[in-house]
Amino acid sequence: MIGLSLNCKFIQKILTGFIVNEVQKAGFSRVVVGLSGGVDSALSAYLGAEAMGAENVYALLMPYRTSSPESREHAELVVKQLHIQSDIIDITPMVDAYFERFPESDHVRRGNKMARERMTILFDHSAKLKALVLGTSNKTELLLGYGTLYGDMASAINPLGDLYKTQIRQLARHMGIPEVIVGKAPSGDLWVGQTDEAELGFTYEEVDRVLYLMVDRRCEIPELIAAGFDERFIRAVLAKVQASQYKRRPPLIAKISARTIDRDFRYPRDWGK
Amino acid sequence: MNRHIIALAQINPALGDLERNLALHEKTAEEAISRGVGLLVFPELSLTGYFLKDIVSSVALPLTSPILGRLRDLSRRIDLVVGMVEESPDFLLYNAAIYLSMGEIQHVHRKVYLPTYGIFDEQRYLAEGGRIRTFRSRIGRSAILICEDMWHPSAACVASLDGMEILIAPSASPGRGGPEEGKTFTNASAWETINRAYAQLFTCYVLYANRVGYEDGACFWGGSELIAPSGESVAKAEYLSEQILVAEINSTEIRRARIVNPLLRDERLDVTLRELERIRREGTR
Repeated sequence: MIGLSLNCKFIQKILTGFIVNEVQKAGFSRVVVGLSGGVDSALSAYLGAEAMGAENVYALLMPYRTSSPESREHAELVVKQLHIQSDIIDITPMVDAYFERFPESDHVRRGNKMARERMTILFDHSAKLKALVLGTSNKTELLLGYGTLYGDMASAINPLGDLYKTQIRQLARHMGIPEVIVGKAPSGDLWVGQTDEAELGFTYEEVDRVLYLMVDRRCEIPELIAAGFDERFIRAVLAKVQASQYKRRPPLIAKISARTIDRDFRYPRDWGK
Repeated sequence: MNRHIIALAQINPALGDLERNLALHEKTAEEAISRGVGLLVFPELSLTGYFLKDIVSSVALPLTSPILGRLRDLSRRIDLVVGMVEESPDFLLYNAAIYLSMGEIQHVHRKVYLPTYGIFDEQRYLAEGGRIRTFRSRIGRSAILICEDMWHPSAACVASLDGMEILIAPSASPGRGGPEEGKTFTNASAWETINRAYAQLFTCYVLYANRVGYEDGACFWGGSELIAPSGESVAKAEYLSEQILVAEINSTEIRRARIVNPLLRDERLDVTLRELERIRREGTR
């Protein structure tokens, strides 16, 4: 059985509780979130506003010159609906300045740079506003490695990381996020007409079903085939999950001492909180 | 006097902060006392918090600790079940629950089953308890089983054969699985099944005290409950919010359940022992 349907009311309560709790434990009372115009960052902002109060949420819109005007409209719609503070920071000058030296760079390098540029801005604002950076990566993207390490994958706390993309949409609709945002094709907005699903080669609906069975239900490949999934598709998904494992772990430390950080020096992150 | 007022303390302890948690215990106990409660049950590791990892050794207390002295004093006014990390005289650390009454520690249960799978890591940090015993408390013949102990029917069965009328189950259960439309966490539903089943099968009261709050992103779901020997719910706490759940139990309900369902009478201890011995002898386990 594929259990991707959500008890939205219950989840909403858990996630807002999570945000309040973890923000306070870190000694903060505000959050900052980068709004792309997509459903993930919109949902993060909605949850943040409900958890902390609209006055404690700060949104940053960080377009690049090729970003679609529609993305910005949708991000502004979120700001307006939530009555949260916001700022627009155009990342074109810094990104272009860098690539003047590397004009041959492909779209992957350019996309990564933009994502990391936004991350440094978010964390700078974290210090400026005394606000924790709220994450926007969902479980599908995290498992597929479809994100930029130390870019859009970076955050202080992430309320969305255990929800698949299709579940994000359910919760987003439940929380009243406008349908123009929830219903549109997910996109990294790196070039005109880009969509996640075209780039990945499958839809989120399909991949969420197989990921749910593979990860949550621990189904083996023969079981997935028996469940009706195409073997090439299953193997392609598994390969992406394996190839991106390094992105989901902290950097490896060469083990020398009697007590290596994270290996046998193990404390909860909420240590002393 | 067969009726007793019980309270389940659905609290949110601070991770690794004994002093703060002790104050929380005292405050909760004062409120329970003011509501006429005779026994107050705190969740698993209520004095320390749950996902301790390497903090374990820093918050471990010997049973002679002055910190427990404050709880002993409190127990002159109200019976208490408190969760703690117990440090034995030979420096082993146990996930323990103690029953305090009349200024004394009346019973200690050391968690027997230490989960070390999924998000759990207990066996890495703690020693296993080796005893399941009932004891006479103010409310009747009682046994304490801590969290994962409850997932092993053999533990409850042993306690039942040892005379258990009241099953006290402190837990720190983080929500896992789902929750799908119209449902709570998968493991929360499983817990609720277990509590009802044990109450009915062992014809005992089940006092299930679960905590709330978050630790490193894990969400403790609450939902503490008190189940009668008939299997019916007497009282149920909210999910996800702090609460002191107060309810009354009546030991005549145990009698009534055992007359209707004489399961305990019909238990075949000799058959059980013989078959367990055989299984051990044949080495299938």
